[in-house]
Amino acid sequence: MRSHLVLMTLFAFFVSLVFAVIAKDDIREQVRFGGLMLAGFLAVAIVLGWFMYPFPL
Amino acid sequence: MRASAAEQTQSGGLVLLMLASWAVPGAGHLWLGRRSKGLIFLIALPLMFAIGLAIHGRLFPFDVSDPLVCLAAFANLGIGSPYLAAASLGYGAGDVRAVTYEYGNAFLIVAGLLNMLVMIDAYDVAMGRK
Repeated sequence: MRSHLVLMTLFAFFVSLVFAVIAKDDIREQVRFGGLMLAGFLAVAIVLGWFMYPFPL
Repeated sequence: MRASAAEQTQSGGLVLLMLASWAVPGAGHLWLGRRSKGLIFLIALPLMFAIGLAIHGRLFPFDVSDPLVCLAAFANLGIGSPYLAAASLGYGAGDVRAVTYEYGNAFLIVAGLLNMLVMIDAYDVAMGRK
């Protein structure tokens, strides 16, 4: 497993899952909160990735 | 049946609850009767830790001369018994040449930090705040 996108998605999934389960008690709310958080993580990571594209190491 | 805050504090079980919650992710919630939450933590956090080890992450040493390494070591320790098992079995040496090394470190550190959050949540539940 060497894909950065897969690992980043997996990482975001676990963090979103734990935060959603801690923050909400109702399953429907947990799914909604966790889904939004996961989508936010992925969107921010992809947008920041593109912003960094012009800057070589 | 959920144990009330009064029962937990009167029996002096709060310290034991926190220790159990640290040692086994989700044990505090299971103890307090929050089975679904406890099971999710019990599966997700050790799995996250195991993935971190599998992709060549490193369990950092307690090196006080390097504060960031020391903080990472404390974060690693937060996962409890999986950390002790991995350290005693010789896992977590890390391979800095691996492409996934930094991701592995992030998985290991964040799994420990999330378990600390879970411990605090269990404490709040035991105190009747949630």
